Amino acid sequence: MDIFSQGDGALLSDPSTDRAREFFAGKPRALIDKVMPVAEAVRRLVRDGDYFACGGFGCARIPTAVLHEVLRQGRQRLRFAGHTATHDFQLLCAGNGLGPGQTLAAVDIAYAVGMEARGLSPHARRVMESGEVACTEWTNYTLALRFKAAAMAVPFLPVHSMIGTDTLRHSAARVVACPFTGEKLALVPALYPDVAAIHVHEADRYGNCRIRGTTVADLDVARAAKRLIVTCERLIPNDDIRQDPSRTVIPFFCVDAVCEVPYGSYPGNMPYEYFSDEDHVRQWMNAEKDVEKLRAFLQTYIYGVTDFAEYWQRCGGLPRMQELRRQEFLLPRVL
Amino acid sequence: MSAAYNAMELMICCAARLLEDGRTAAVGTGVPCAAAMLAQRTHAPHLVILFEAGGVAPQLPTMPISVGDSRSFHRAVMATSMADIMETCQRGLIDYTFLGGAQIDAYGNLNSTCIGGDYTRPKVRLPGSGGANDLASFCWRIFVITQHDRRRFVEKLDFMTTPGYLTGRGAREAAGLLPGSGPYRVITDLAVLGYHDETKRMEVHSLHPGVTLDRVRAATGFELGVREPLAVTEPPTPAELLLLREEVDPHRYVIGRC
Repeated sequence: MDIFSQGDGALLSDPSTDRAREFFAGKPRALIDKVMPVAEAVRRLVRDGDYFACGGFGCARIPTAVLHEVLRQGRQRLRFAGHTATHDFQLLCAGNGLGPGQTLAAVDIAYAVGMEARGLSPHARRVMESGEVACTEWTNYTLALRFKAAAMAVPFLPVHSMIGTDTLRHSAARVVACPFTGEKLALVPALYPDVAAIHVHEADRYGNCRIRGTTVADLDVARAAKRLIVTCERLIPNDDIRQDPSRTVIPFFCVDAVCEVPYGSYPGNMPYEYFSDEDHVRQWMNAEKDVEKLRAFLQTYIYGVTDFAEYWQRCGGLPRMQELRRQEFLLPRVL
Repeated sequence: MSAAYNAMELMICCAARLLEDGRTAAVGTGVPCAAAMLAQRTHAPHLVILFEAGGVAPQLPTMPISVGDSRSFHRAVMATSMADIMETCQRGLIDYTFLGGAQIDAYGNLNSTCIGGDYTRPKVRLPGSGGANDLASFCWRIFVITQHDRRRFVEKLDFMTTPGYLTGRGAREAAGLLPGSGPYRVITDLAVLGYHDETKRMEVHSLHPGVTLDRVRAATGFELGVREPLAVTEPPTPAELLLLREEVDPHRYVIGRC
């Protein structure tokens, strides 16, 4: 197949089907209880140097508790897939440029640094402009497609975007002619994360998951990941899953750990549960403007607490969560 | 009702009027969302809004903050995946998309990746493509809504994140992008601009009330043509302003930015 053009970006993960199948051949697949605390899941499943991926989009349905634990446990030199990564990316960047070590080493970047309508994250900018994090450019769809290729266990998928741009030039995509029609297509390589974290509404103790609202790229991320940590708003009985299996979107054999984390997407939005805490996100972005202020802020909210429940207690506790639930359902303000 | 309006309100009205009834639009937060909501409340009640994170035909109660937050599929007909939305665009079912960027050139190419320095050590690292490159490659008509100044309207982009007409007529097709799609209108605080049929270079279609062609050219870093006869943009009607201020953006999230 003739290659018309190709990006000079580094391929940050291995797209080989054979090696992925070799891994999956040894992945535990028994229907067993996987419930554990987040700290234990991160201790067991996230390793230094791993390629890490997160579920959700923007500040919506993100696995915040896992990210906090990655920082508290001081994981180093992770590679990361950033498709509209906002607060999750802010958190990973908090492990860079503030002391010894480097949480983030390289990013497949479709969208990071930005906070959507809120502007840019000052600390993520600082980290990404320092040159210490290697980047390969992609787009939101092509990153989703790379997870889809991995979920299908094919080494690449074709797409009609990226072509003709610097985005392609700094990616690891290749442009070829279709062997059937002759049309030019960009081929994007399969992306198998070493470990992924996804926050869902409900899961049983085996890891069968239900998600409400948009699924973004999560169903493919779950299937592409070699190891998967699921955090859920609520654990539900396996019998509930079996009453309506049509609602299961991630099956247990993809999942390595199940952690019950109420408000687990906070300060992000959890559809049909609570809206994002825009005040807290604004405070975070303000603290990031100054490195010393950010250090103190992270001490208060991440390094100085033992777990995620203590974090949201410091952010206003149950009354604040009730207010965010009111905002989610657009209910009148309680005086 | 006061006849006075600000530039943001005018830009939203210009964009809304260009959206035809019964069409589909992949939108982001802010101005594009406001334009689509206004169009739905005026001449285009059957305009369908989609958000790239998976929301299809939401009945938006307020402006979403994120293209993936709960509002983006509030009372929607479907909450699906990002791939499903993008593949719907790739199949040719989505008519309009709205994009932005830190820089735009004469062919409507956009930069939202980095400014200054070099790629590995940029002066300013911006978010990157997000879904913009995909949407600009797949959707039929691309709108850009932006402030008009020489910092944004540049002769040469620092980085081409998202394709416009690339280097001019036929360049998209030659590169291998899907034929028939491409930049359509640029709506700024000074003018409404389009692209020359032959050269695919940006040209002025209408000047906003009180704005001169010289002022637009002074705010543009590349040579700018004019489509004759050069029109004056119709100001917002009292009815449009009422809807915009009371229904579309009552908290002035977008229209208050001016």
